[in-house]
Amino acid sequence: MTFNRVSRRRLLQGAGTAALAGLVPQRAFAADTVVGFVYVGSRDDYGYNQAHAAGAAAVKKLAGFKVVEEEKVPETDACEKTMESMINLDGASLLFPTSFGYFSPHTVKVAKKYPKARFEHAGGLWTDKDPTNVGSYFGYIDEAQYVAGIVAGYSTKSGKLGFVAAKPIPQLLRNVNAFLLGARLAKPDATLQVIFTGDWSMPVKEAEATNSLIDAGVDVVTCHVDGPKTVMENAARRGAMISGYHVNAAALAPEAYLTGAEWNWEAIYPKFVKMFAAGEKIPNFYRGGLKEEIVKVSPYGPKVSEQARKHADEVKAKLVTGNYAIYKGPLKDNKGNTVVAAGAELGSTAPEFESMNYLVEGVIGSTS
Amino acid sequence: MAIARRLASAAEYILVPALALLCSLVLFGAFVGVSGRSPLDLYFYMYQGAFGTWFSWQNTLTRAAPLILTALCTALPAQLGLVIIGGEGALLMGALAATAAGLAMPSAPPLVVQMSMLLVGAAAGGIWIVLSGALQHYRGVNETISSLLLVYIAIALLNHIVEGPMRDPTSLNKPSTRDIGAANMIGTIPGTDVHWGLALGVVAAVVCYVLIFHTTFGFAARVSGGNIRAAKIVGLNVGRLILIVCMIAGAMAGLAGTIEVVAVQGRANANLAVGYGFTGILVAFLARHNPLAIIPVAILLGGIGASGGLLQRRLGLPDASILVLQGIIFICVLASETLYGRFPLLNRLKA
Repeated sequence: MTFNRVSRRRLLQGAGTAALAGLVPQRAFAADTVVGFVYVGSRDDYGYNQAHAAGAAAVKKLAGFKVVEEEKVPETDACEKTMESMINLDGASLLFPTSFGYFSPHTVKVAKKYPKARFEHAGGLWTDKDPTNVGSYFGYIDEAQYVAGIVAGYSTKSGKLGFVAAKPIPQLLRNVNAFLLGARLAKPDATLQVIFTGDWSMPVKEAEATNSLIDAGVDVVTCHVDGPKTVMENAARRGAMISGYHVNAAALAPEAYLTGAEWNWEAIYPKFVKMFAAGEKIPNFYRGGLKEEIVKVSPYGPKVSEQARKHADEVKAKLVTGNYAIYKGPLKDNKGNTVVAAGAELGSTAPEFESMNYLVEGVIGSTS
Repeated sequence: MAIARRLASAAEYILVPALALLCSLVLFGAFVGVSGRSPLDLYFYMYQGAFGTWFSWQNTLTRAAPLILTALCTALPAQLGLVIIGGEGALLMGALAATAAGLAMPSAPPLVVQMSMLLVGAAAGGIWIVLSGALQHYRGVNETISSLLLVYIAIALLNHIVEGPMRDPTSLNKPSTRDIGAANMIGTIPGTDVHWGLALGVVAAVVCYVLIFHTTFGFAARVSGGNIRAAKIVGLNVGRLILIVCMIAGAMAGLAGTIEVVAVQGRANANLAVGYGFTGILVAFLARHNPLAIIPVAILLGGIGASGGLLQRRLGLPDASILVLQGIIFICVLASETLYGRFPLLNRLKA
C-alpha cells in the first residue's frame, strides 16, 4: 500500500528531524510563557468546559503569556499525548488538564516524564505521594448552590424544586443537599426531587428528566451535568424558573433565570499563571469556595424578590468570611439515619463530606 | 505474464486509494480555505503533528494501536458477508472481564496475570460478538443492528459493575475498579513510549491475513461470504464458520480493551468507552477488510487524530474538523470503488 511506503519514508524523515532537534520547525513564541489548556468536552458547552475556557480567555488577555487550547480530549492516553505535544511542539511550560479523569494515571505519568513542566489539575486529587510538579485544585461549589437554594426557596410557589443530576458521586450529592438546605432556610417544607441520568453528557435523558420533573409540579429546576444548556432551555420553555450551574446561563432565558452556582476560573487562572511566571510556588493542593473566589453566585434575575436577595446576600457574606456552617445538626438523611449529630456544625472543609453518599431529608430520590 | 498481471492489479489497489486520499486532502484543504485559513498551513501542521517529528510518530502509533485490533473485529466477519459494527461493546466487555481476572489473582507473578488477562479479555470479547453471530444464524436477527445494540448494553453493564459490585470504595468522584497494580502493567516497546499493544495488533493482523487468505478455513469463510447457498451445497458448515469467525473477531476487540487496561488505564472505568470500536469500523472499510491493509490505514487514522490537536492549537479549528476530514476520506474511498478497472494502461497489462 502507498500509505506504508510513504510512512516508511516519513519515519526516516521524522527520525532525522528529531536527531537534529534544532531544525524541527516550530512557531516562535518569543519569550512568552506558553500555557496549555486541555478540555474534555467542547469549549462552548454552556457548562464545565466553558467555565475553564473562560479562565483561559482571562489568561490570554495578560501580557507575556501565550495560551494553547485543545478541546474534546478523552481521558485516555490521548490526553497524555496532548500534554506532551503541547510541551514538545508548542513549548508549553505550564499545563491545565481540566478534567477530573485526567489526573491518574495520565497527568501523573506525564509529570514524571517532564519534571521541568508544571501541571495544574482541576479536581483536587493531589496527595503527597504524587510528583511535586503537579498541583490539583478544586472549589466548594456547593457553597454557591446553597445560596442559589435560598433564592429558589423564596421563588418557588409549589414548594417543589427539581434537580437533574448525572451520577451519585460525593461532589454532586453535596450540591443536591446544599441546594435543598438553602431552600429550607426560606421555605422549611420545601422538597427537592432529584433524577439521575447516569452519565455526564446525556442531552436526551436530561430533557426527559426536566420534563418529568415539571410534570410532577416542580417550578424551579437546577442541575449538575457537564452541559446544563438542555436542562435550562427545556425548563424555561415549560415555564419553570431555572437556577444555573457551571456558568451563567442567563443569556439562554433571561426572564426565567433566578441565579446560579458558577465557577470563577477567570479569577483563579490569571492568579496561578502570574505566580508561576514570578517563580512563586503554587500550592500543590488548593481548595476553596466563595471566600477564596474559586466559585461565585450569578447576578440575580428579574424574578428574584427583594426579600430573597437580602437573605441570600446575608448568607453569602457569612460564607465569604469562612465562619458559616451549611450543615447543622441534628440532620437526617432521607432514609431516617442521622448524618450530622445534634449540636455539630460542619463547614465545607469537613473531611467526612469528601465521601458523602446520602441525600438529606427532604430530597426525593435515591443514590442507588 | 502472470507476474505482470499480479503487479498491475496490485498497482491498482495502491493507486486507487492513494487517489481517493489525495482527493479528500484537496477537498479538506478547500473546506479549511473557505473558513479563511491557509490550506498550506493546514497540510504543514497535519504533517508536523502526525509524522513530522519522532514525538509525532510515537503519538500517531500510540493512537493507531487499538484501532488495528478493533478494525479486525469488523474486517473478519466481513469475509463471511456479515456487517458487524459492535466492536466497541466487545472492547468494553473484554476490558471489564480482563480487569476482573487481573484483580482475582493478587499474588500471581505479573506474567501469569497478564497472560490470564489477555486470555479472559479475548474470550469475553469473543462471546459478545458470537451473540450477534448466533442471533443472525439461528434467529435471523440482523447482525448489524444486534451488534450495535449490544454496544449500549455493554456500556450499561460496564457502568453498573464499575459503579456497583466492582467499585473501589476509594474512587469517590470517578467510580472505578481497583487498580491492577503497577507491577502488572505491560511496558512500552524499548526505545519508544508506544505500548506493546501496537506489536500485538500488527501480529494479530498478520495472523488474520494468513488465516483468511492462506488456509482452507479462510477459503471456506470467503466462499460462504460469496454465496451462502453454494457454500451449503458443497457441504460447508456455515453456522460453525460464522460462530468461529465471530469469536475470533470479538476476541480481537476484547484484546484491544484488555490492552487499554494493562497498558494505559490500569483499571476499568467509564474512560474505556471512547469510541475505538467505532473508529475501527472506518479503518476496516477503508482497508477494504484486508487484514494487512488495516495496519497502514490504522496508522493513517492515528496520524489524523494526532495532528488534530495541532490543528486546534495553531489554526483554531474546532475538534469537529477532524471528523469532517474522516467523513470526506470515507466518502472518497467509497466513491473510488468505481475506478477499479478503468485505467487503460493497467487493463492492458492485466489482459
